[in-house]
Amino acid sequence: MAAPMPSEHSCFFALALCVSFLKCLLINAYHSTDFEVHRNWLALTHSLPVSQWYYEATSEWTLDYPPLFAWFEYGLSHIARFFDKEMLVIQNLNYASPATVLFQRLSVIAADMVLVYAVKECCKCLREDKGKDLLGKPSFILTVLVLWNFGLLIVDHIHFQYNGFLFGVLLLSIARHFQNRHLEGAFLFSILLNLKHIYLYIAPAYGIFLLRCFCFTQNNADGSLQWRGFSLLRLVALGTIVLTTFAVSFGPFIALGQLPQVLSRLFPFKRGLCHAYWAPNFWALYNIADKAFSILGVKLKLLDMNKLPKASMTGGLVQEFQHSVLPSVSPLATLACTLLSVLPALLRIWHRPDGARGFLRCLVICALGSFMFGWHVHEKAILMVILPLSLLAVESREDARIFLILSITGHYSLFPLLFTTQELPIKIFLMLLFTIFSFTSLKTLFRKGGSLLNPLEATYLLGLIPLELICEFVYPLTVWQKTFPFLPLMFTSVYCALGVTYAFIRLYISLLTCSDTTKRIKTQ
Amino acid sequence: MENWSLISLCVLLGLTTRWAVSFHSYSGAGKPPMFGDYEAQRHWQEVTYNLPVHEWYFNTTNNDLNYWGLDYPPLTAYHSLVCAYVAKLLNPEWVELHASRGYESHTHKLFMRATVLFADILIYIPAVLVYCFYFCDGSSKQKVTTALCILLYPGLVLIDYGHFQYNSVSLGLALWGILGLGLGWDLFGSLAFTLALNYKQMELYHSLPFFCYLMGKCIKQGLTGRGFFLLAKIALTVLVTFALCWMPFLSDPKQSLQVLHRLFPVDRGLFEDKVANTWCSLNVLIKIKTLLSRETQLFLSFALTLLFILPSSLKVLSKPTLWHFKLALVNSSLAFFLFSFQVHEKSILLVALPVCLVINEMPLIAIWFLLTSTFSMLPLLLKDGLLLPYAVTSSAFLFLSLYLLSALEKTTDEELRLSLSHKLTQHCLPKLSLIIKWKFWFSLVAMAALSFTSVWLEPPAKLPDLFPVLVSVLSFLQFLGFIIYFNVVQLMEPQRKKSQKKTN
Repeated sequence: MAAPMPSEHSCFFALALCVSFLKCLLINAYHSTDFEVHRNWLALTHSLPVSQWYYEATSEWTLDYPPLFAWFEYGLSHIARFFDKEMLVIQNLNYASPATVLFQRLSVIAADMVLVYAVKECCKCLREDKGKDLLGKPSFILTVLVLWNFGLLIVDHIHFQYNGFLFGVLLLSIARHFQNRHLEGAFLFSILLNLKHIYLYIAPAYGIFLLRCFCFTQNNADGSLQWRGFSLLRLVALGTIVLTTFAVSFGPFIALGQLPQVLSRLFPFKRGLCHAYWAPNFWALYNIADKAFSILGVKLKLLDMNKLPKASMTGGLVQEFQHSVLPSVSPLATLACTLLSVLPALLRIWHRPDGARGFLRCLVICALGSFMFGWHVHEKAILMVILPLSLLAVESREDARIFLILSITGHYSLFPLLFTTQELPIKIFLMLLFTIFSFTSLKTLFRKGGSLLNPLEATYLLGLIPLELICEFVYPLTVWQKTFPFLPLMFTSVYCALGVTYAFIRLYISLLTCSDTTKRIKTQ
Repeated sequence: MENWSLISLCVLLGLTTRWAVSFHSYSGAGKPPMFGDYEAQRHWQEVTYNLPVHEWYFNTTNNDLNYWGLDYPPLTAYHSLVCAYVAKLLNPEWVELHASRGYESHTHKLFMRATVLFADILIYIPAVLVYCFYFCDGSSKQKVTTALCILLYPGLVLIDYGHFQYNSVSLGLALWGILGLGLGWDLFGSLAFTLALNYKQMELYHSLPFFCYLMGKCIKQGLTGRGFFLLAKIALTVLVTFALCWMPFLSDPKQSLQVLHRLFPVDRGLFEDKVANTWCSLNVLIKIKTLLSRETQLFLSFALTLLFILPSSLKVLSKPTLWHFKLALVNSSLAFFLFSFQVHEKSILLVALPVCLVINEMPLIAIWFLLTSTFSMLPLLLKDGLLLPYAVTSSAFLFLSLYLLSALEKTTDEELRLSLSHKLTQHCLPKLSLIIKWKFWFSLVAMAALSFTSVWLEPPAKLPDLFPVLVSVLSFLQFLGFIIYFNVVQLMEPQRKKSQKKTN
């Protein structure tokens, strides 16, 4: 930020270092039960043989990540010994000595170095226009958007998870595809899948893209598929890499005959359609519509009050939500909806691949589609959309607009994650910091062509301010706080769901129209 | 990017840091029976809320002055009273007379921290922004950069949001005073400074330069004509402000005398704890406290302080420009810190404020001083359990300010403002700037090493205070260097044209 502009390299380094300092200051902040989850995994991977990992159930937080993540914890546990040995005892439930907190927090900060490296690589893939002021350079903006991402900061460094590290692997894999190092990209993605299986949601985009753009070496003149260009060698190479990774990860458990047990831990289908706090997706709108219909029905005497199932709303526990008017939703239905929602995007990149950017757009749509229609989606999953979308946002105006809407609503929907009063100021400060930066920097980047948002979108986003004021400050003072404590959460998720849905639709429109525009530019 | 967004990003970074530091422990947390400054502030709320004004400063059955009796001027007491009203509204237990003694809870900590943040946002942060936008040269980006560095100064953040005090109020008011003088609003400036003085008596460290600057200005305008008018107006402003602040205590001379007695506790001795000033450091060699009588100590400290503040103040009197005023503030407060009677380690913040104001003109020296000042409070911070925020904010400040102000590049003799002295020493010392740079790194390494050893090593059984003493002696030696340097710069350097232009 200095006036005698320092080099880009040192600026990147400064941004990364400063955010690490900030993370260090948050070491003593509130941490959620996820902290205990990871402590327990440290303990169980350290003190039990591999064969016991997926059977151990002393703590209620059993190991439910894929094997490579368990190995990651195993590796960490060897360093943890030097901080506090007690944290490695399985029976020490909810153990959180200062040394334990320090170690776990530092491990997240250190693991984030993967993210730093990945962002560095991503910046190299951007189309830079030279000669601009450093603050207005796309690479600078991208660095801040990812490294200083509000969601990552609060989810990883306050709430406690290892998302920064995982997204680092994802972004690195995307960067490798941009650099045409597809095998490396595929390898990284299969590692990622074995670290956290939630990334299965974006696997279709990877599968189709690799098949279409890597295994087929030639295209017709108009960009459509040429069947003769198929290269078996490439397919075999790809298959070998992916299968080897999975074999290394799951092989031992297959050999031990524990695969069903591992899979049952990884995919628990006993949870409900929505999480305790509804993620702002299609089902939040569906639930609220159901609620509205049932109230309307009772008012108009079309429904009998007593015949309605007692619907427990956002109460705080993971419970099944029974719909009273609209049909209840089964896991299979959500799967079908998810697949249907991403199918057009997949077909699109099969027919008109549009290179790595088309792939990235498809990946974002896959992530957003599964967020919109998935079963038991957690609000944190929105990061899977926002972070890859940052890459697109610094390159095109339309994407920047979608990014603004989606990141602001998506990040706001993370607010209930930190419910303690102590963290209230910090989440507001960090949110404002990120929002003001993303808004003004993107506006400066695309200053040609007027404002980024139309008045309606701007009003909708500004509406979040009164919503926050009412939910956090006014509502707790009213009498309804006792009887309907869930109402603020419900409003938040429904309000955010509108924005996320809108962004989803816009993203689809941009996918279906973007390559037409590029073609038009080419023909001109 | 537009200015408003840069400014808000800078302020938000400052606020985030402040609030993140406030997650940590405060002074005297869970340490009955005396607790610490946090309990003192809470106790003052209790006292001011429950007792009539005339009992505040007196030892009565309801007011035990030995337990954190009020020893700051009336404005602090009023501030406590306002906070107490809010506290009463939130939870009456927090300020209940007697029963609330030693009250600690998570919610209460949040409340106390929030009052600090509120005062900071109201007074100190806007003052810093105004200062940077009116008195720093360069592009708006440079101004924001300077503001960010000042806002992130670790000493103030750690003491206010970690240890727990309201320094941002008194320093903020003093800064508004400096701004008023700089902008030519002399009455506003003297009003703000009088308020600062009535918030904390330690602001006396700054008072002589204020007086000399205003006096010098009056003399320049002619003491028989317009200058006299101005002087009268200023004097009236100061007197009225003082009278208003002291109103409840003026009715009875006994009251005012008791307040004064509380403010200047001469019987508390030359120094307490480990302070990085002359007396404490000298004490390692000679036991002055026992060797000299109380009166001699008083006289000695008074004489030495006067000796060190007079030259710079006289310079301001003859040349009332903002540049000299700022340097005089540094020199005077540093002299007070080093030589005056009854100095606390936290008083170094009073020196840090004017040093922050010259961070743009002499980045390397200012950064060096600010880090040293934070380091000098290390024993206190360790006692409060603030090691982590100390380490993080200090390294962040070091890195960020060196990077943003490109301090290491701006170290030519001219930029170190030593061109004249350079001419004098040319034949014996080849390159002064290089030496200063090396000394900077050397002292950083020394401070880092001493910080590490204080934390990790057990002191030998015979010398339990070894590390605190080492810390204060090391800081003292550096401060001594700084006072010489700043005096040399102020007294011997010709003023640069640029700074002349903006002050007139």
